[in-house]
Amino acid sequence: MKPFDMPEGTDIAWCPGCGNYPLLTILKNALRELGKDPEEVVIASGIGQAAKMPQYVDAHMFNGLHGRSIPAAMGIKLANRNLTVIAESGDGDIYGEGGNHLLHVARRNPDITVLVHNNMVYGLTKGQASPTSEEGMKNPIQPDGVVVEPFNPIAVAVSMDIPFVGRANVGDPAQAKEVIKEAISFRGFSMVDIFAPCVVFNRQNTYQWFKEHTRPVPDDHDPSDRVAAFRLALETDMMPLGVLYRNDSRELYEDRLGITGTPLHEREVSESAFSEMLAGYR
Amino acid sequence: MSQHSKDVSIVVGGSAGQGVQTVEAALMKILKDAGYGVFACKEYMSRVRGGSNSVEIRVSSTRSPRRAYVRRIDFLFAMDAAAVPHLGWRIGPDTLVFAEAGQAGDVAPGRRIDTPILSFANEAGGSPLYANSVVLGVVLGILNVPFSGAESYLRRAFSRKGDDIVAKNIDAARKGYEFGKHTSFVEDIAVALSPSEDRKDDLLLDGTTALGIGAVAGGCDFISSYPMSPATGVLAFLAKEAKRFGIVVDQAEDEISAINAGLGASYAGARAMVTTSGGGFDLMQEGVSLSGIIETPIVIHIGQRPGPATGLPTRTEQGDLNLALHAGHGEFVRAIYAPGTVPEAVGVMQHAFETADRYQVPAFVLSDQYFLDSVATVDEGDLPRIPVARHISETDEGYLRYALTEDGLSSRGVPGYGKGLVCVDSDEHDENGRITESFEVRRVMMEKRWKRLEAMRESAILPSPSDNLDAAETAVVCWGSNRGAVEEALGRLGSVKLGGLHFSQVFPINPKVKKMLKGKEIVVVENNHTGQFADLLARELGVKVSRRILKSTGEPFSVEELMDELKLESKTKN
Repeated sequence: MKPFDMPEGTDIAWCPGCGNYPLLTILKNALRELGKDPEEVVIASGIGQAAKMPQYVDAHMFNGLHGRSIPAAMGIKLANRNLTVIAESGDGDIYGEGGNHLLHVARRNPDITVLVHNNMVYGLTKGQASPTSEEGMKNPIQPDGVVVEPFNPIAVAVSMDIPFVGRANVGDPAQAKEVIKEAISFRGFSMVDIFAPCVVFNRQNTYQWFKEHTRPVPDDHDPSDRVAAFRLALETDMMPLGVLYRNDSRELYEDRLGITGTPLHEREVSESAFSEMLAGYR
Repeated sequence: MSQHSKDVSIVVGGSAGQGVQTVEAALMKILKDAGYGVFACKEYMSRVRGGSNSVEIRVSSTRSPRRAYVRRIDFLFAMDAAAVPHLGWRIGPDTLVFAEAGQAGDVAPGRRIDTPILSFANEAGGSPLYANSVVLGVVLGILNVPFSGAESYLRRAFSRKGDDIVAKNIDAARKGYEFGKHTSFVEDIAVALSPSEDRKDDLLLDGTTALGIGAVAGGCDFISSYPMSPATGVLAFLAKEAKRFGIVVDQAEDEISAINAGLGASYAGARAMVTTSGGGFDLMQEGVSLSGIIETPIVIHIGQRPGPATGLPTRTEQGDLNLALHAGHGEFVRAIYAPGTVPEAVGVMQHAFETADRYQVPAFVLSDQYFLDSVATVDEGDLPRIPVARHISETDEGYLRYALTEDGLSSRGVPGYGKGLVCVDSDEHDENGRITESFEVRRVMMEKRWKRLEAMRESAILPSPSDNLDAAETAVVCWGSNRGAVEEALGRLGSVKLGGLHFSQVFPINPKVKKMLKGKEIVVVENNHTGQFADLLARELGVKVSRRILKSTGEPFSVEELMDELKLESKTKN
């Protein structure tokens, strides 16, 4: 058994052929290649099929509420910045239910990584449209097809200056692994939107479809060029895979808050500071 | 003639932004330093400028301090024309109304003292801005407090603005002071409250600050919150103290984020809290439920205000006990505290952190606008301290976060401390924290999570009885912020039939309470419409509550109205 592998025979709740299987392998390989120990890695997740990911990784796990993996992950990081903290959930969880947190964690920039499994459909609740579902996709709630525009996570991320924005496709595991490794290593808030097809409820955005509608980021793309990144983000016919945007100049939230390497649970209340504080109310 | 030997009730009324609070802060500090017991409470409208607000300052001796809101006004200072009509219902035949000539309107049945506040201000400083210092002076003159206190206060307060400004403020105050002395002579005002030299080192703390100090003392490492009146002050307090103590303060984008960030931090070992009011707390409820199933501590302060919805944003109520009691879907254990005094606020905040950590549950502290905004003098030695015990263990390989034990409490590990992995899950989970759908594991885990309630009951803080409770026929029960008003009303009624019992922990209730109430009629006083605590008491202890004294207008109980209500009570028993 290699690090991050769960014991043989662990029951996995995903359907056969689910895009989450290759992503599980990719993530574990990425963590190993980065030399991470399971004891230093925390995976926080929300609810949904994607959010079950940490159940199948032998590391610390915080499987919380639907849409709330980002604030939980941030709280963990602020309490102990020595930990490698990953928030992982699906497109419904991160872009829908928890959309507000994504916007505002971008402004803070803690050193955490958000991995979003994007299958353009709701799996766990059985086939309803997700924020990234294509217009016209027929589903149980919109029998005549989706009538709202899909959410463009990359465009939003670049516009919010999320300092590391990547996109991957589990159909290309080597590329996906490299992007995820770079995201986890990045010092700051990083987000990777990962195509991971749902083979049961999304019959239009299949492995084959993603293969036909993606291409690598052009060789001459400069990820530090925000305008160029935004232009790539708007390419929705042939979606670029790789590192779309990278801004190495943003200060970390932890540093701005003055958080040291000592975990908060080791902090002690200084008695002299306490007396000094009380004296201010005499 | 106006004689005061127990206490004086001074009320200053004006519009927001006019400096009512500046006068309050100055008076409280000067009078405290002069050795008086002081208490202040305030009421204000939900606006940044304008409207009509007031502050009540009760000055008493430190030996028998008055710490509750009274309807009675001895001296009313009207800073504008709206103050008198706004406070008219509290003006009695003995009220002296100090107002600019022509600004007081009809003060009947009180007596008007034309007070040239603005001309003094203009004479001293050439600007109406000095009106606050004039009023300050008048009050001190009436109370016959040495002027040196005002002088040194104003010197400190305005030193950064230069000698000229200091001198003008002192001059304005002196003009007011002389006017006050003169008025005192002419009106035959006699204030004899005997200040104590030895109490000059007392602290002046409002409820907000007391809760903040309690949080610091309780080892609070982390707070994430979204501003909402009247609970924002605790967040601001910890933000102010963050650097000094190494506390992490995060202003959240919404209350949902706040409690989830708090739970994340707590999972990683921090003592975490959130502060909010009822409406904001509504958004946190799913997080409370999460705390319940992952057995991850969190302290939740709810500064109550009248609902439903936006209700009366700047007013007071005790309407959210049931909310705290039932918040979050599913069934799980919690503790709820509700302080009634400044020392209790410091104490129960520490208890909340200790209980949350020891029993791995959510712990609530319920306050309200009246409590948070009320200021009192307190002896530093009366502030309780509870050692910060982390209740965190280093993990070994194979660590199980939810290992089954006799008392249902598993050793709490945190990620990064030890060889073990710490897995928590909002799904029902096995001992290792991994998802399960087994009915048997579910049964065992539900029992595990509920077992701790017994120990929490036994260790719950006992309510504070009045000295005469044992022999009394009737127990007047209250909780949270009503303590001061009930105690004073009972004290002033002086009936042997009526005893008092105040709860600073409202859930769980210590089973010993049943004995304290045995054979007594129970009257419950609450600042809400239905008597939520009365229901809780009846349900938890199987006692019968014979009467509920309730108020949900948005105002606190005054001592007088409780005396009226309770007088009736002792008479019907005769």
